[in-house]
Amino acid sequence: MTGAKSSRRAPVLTVYAAVVFAFIYLPIVVLVAYSFNRDGVGGFPPRHLTFDWYRQLFADGAIWDAVLNSLIVAGASVALALTLGLLAALALDRANFPGKALFRRLVLLPLILPGIITGLSLLMFAVFITLPLSLLTVFLGHGTALISVTTTELFAGLQKMDRAQEEASLDLGATPWQTFWRITLPNLKLSLIAAGLLIFTLSMDEIAVTFFLIGRDNTLPLEIWGRLRRGITPEINAISTLIFAVSVALIVVWYRVRTRGLGTEPQELLERP
Amino acid sequence: MLLAGGIVGGRRSSSFMYSRAYKSIVSLPPLFWVGFFLLLPYALMFVHSFWLVRDGFLVHQWNLQNYHKLVANPLYVEVLLRTMRIAASVTLLSLLLGYPLAYYLSFHAGARKELLYQLVIVPLWVSYLVRGYAWKTILGSDGVLNGFLQYFHFTHEPVGFLLYSPFAVIVMLTHIYTPFVFLPIYAALEHIPRPLVEASQDLGAGQRATFLRVILPLSMPGLLAGATFAFVLSLGDFLAPLLVGGPSGTMIANIVQSLFGVAYDWPLGAAVSVCILLITVTLLFLTERLEKRWSFK
Repeated sequence: MTGAKSSRRAPVLTVYAAVVFAFIYLPIVVLVAYSFNRDGVGGFPPRHLTFDWYRQLFADGAIWDAVLNSLIVAGASVALALTLGLLAALALDRANFPGKALFRRLVLLPLILPGIITGLSLLMFAVFITLPLSLLTVFLGHGTALISVTTTELFAGLQKMDRAQEEASLDLGATPWQTFWRITLPNLKLSLIAAGLLIFTLSMDEIAVTFFLIGRDNTLPLEIWGRLRRGITPEINAISTLIFAVSVALIVVWYRVRTRGLGTEPQELLERP
Repeated sequence: MLLAGGIVGGRRSSSFMYSRAYKSIVSLPPLFWVGFFLLLPYALMFVHSFWLVRDGFLVHQWNLQNYHKLVANPLYVEVLLRTMRIAASVTLLSLLLGYPLAYYLSFHAGARKELLYQLVIVPLWVSYLVRGYAWKTILGSDGVLNGFLQYFHFTHEPVGFLLYSPFAVIVMLTHIYTPFVFLPIYAALEHIPRPLVEASQDLGAGQRATFLRVILPLSMPGLLAGATFAFVLSLGDFLAPLLVGGPSGTMIANIVQSLFGVAYDWPLGAAVSVCILLITVTLLFLTERLEKRWSFK
């Protein structure tokens, strides 16, 4: 029985798969379609094509302030999570220390636990050390929670890396420092870029942890959240459509990087959360 | 000495290759950071659950009152049970949608497999909030779905129960977790050696028997991983109920949120959080063991 033969004989399954795809894509299609609808977010069918909501969006200062805040938080989180995640991956790969098993699990917790638990724990911590809530606390939350993304990604890369290169470098008289910069890091370059993009996207979207750590300045998801409570307008569809477009662009970049790399398959990160 | 080390080092393991200083430099910063910014906060949550609030002030007095309140108050128990029902429904529906999709892609999609796979992945990266908001505009009483139903004269009055109900929460969360459930199942199906499936069919087992006795058991670890993920994350969700749930869709994490907010009883909120945490960790532990049993080789 070959694959080609079996693929022809499943009409019910094919239809079912199409329905599931429709379910997955329905909200996204609706969202994009109604961002061009003059008469608002409800009703059917959408009529009177307009770009007014986008015009309104581009003139909306509060949204762009929030975008800037999100970019700052995401950029800083990428820097923090990449640095510490890289060190953690090296440590897990090469060093033995007490509590190693606990450390490995602890780092992964923020990705597995519901965001509210991590968010509230960090809120209590901020109050405990009397750190006022601001973008700094949001950054600490994102950066720390996303260390695991880098660690998972790079640990897999390190396990597959050929040790002989580093060994040769050390034996030929290079210092460990030189070996790190000239051998280890270049070998991990693609994994680092991929992890960075993923952290950036996740931080830009994060809401459950941010919800409890936000001060006066909103990130983009929190700004949208605030507006949703006041009532919905297609302006939110417009910004959502833009977020969607940027996410898709980042995914395409991510896959380009990924398929050229030798690291983990992109989905492995999600398969074993 | 160095040279000698190098020769012997042909077989040396990594723990001998790197100096003590190297190991300290790579392990100490993440250890301290994670200890300070992750372990300490989680520990604080745990500790808070054994404290009290008296006259609006936190009292550091060890007791089990919060946990007692939890068990004694029927409201909490009821909401927890509702939350588990919602999470179970989401898990089941995500499996019902995700498994056949993964099966179709793995066994019947042919040349379109790669493209379809990417199509499942894309929505995964679309903001949670954006997708929740989309459902709000679809399900509302003057929303897209009601507009659609009236346009084609299926109904004349808007259907009210769609939004602000547990139903809406289930739809939204199922939408979010279906791709997450799909992924590990698809990976598990892809790892099944095809000769095994062919052997089963050559030996006379029909499609159904082959599925039930070969494919399903071998994809069990993936199914479990996906189901756990969907259940655990639905269990602790507080945004979906706020966005589309309404009062009848309140879940346990909303109680936590209000205890930390308007109700200002952090210790009680912490106790509820610890309960969520315990359920989560127990489930993860159980499925990890089950997965090991299923994936024997």
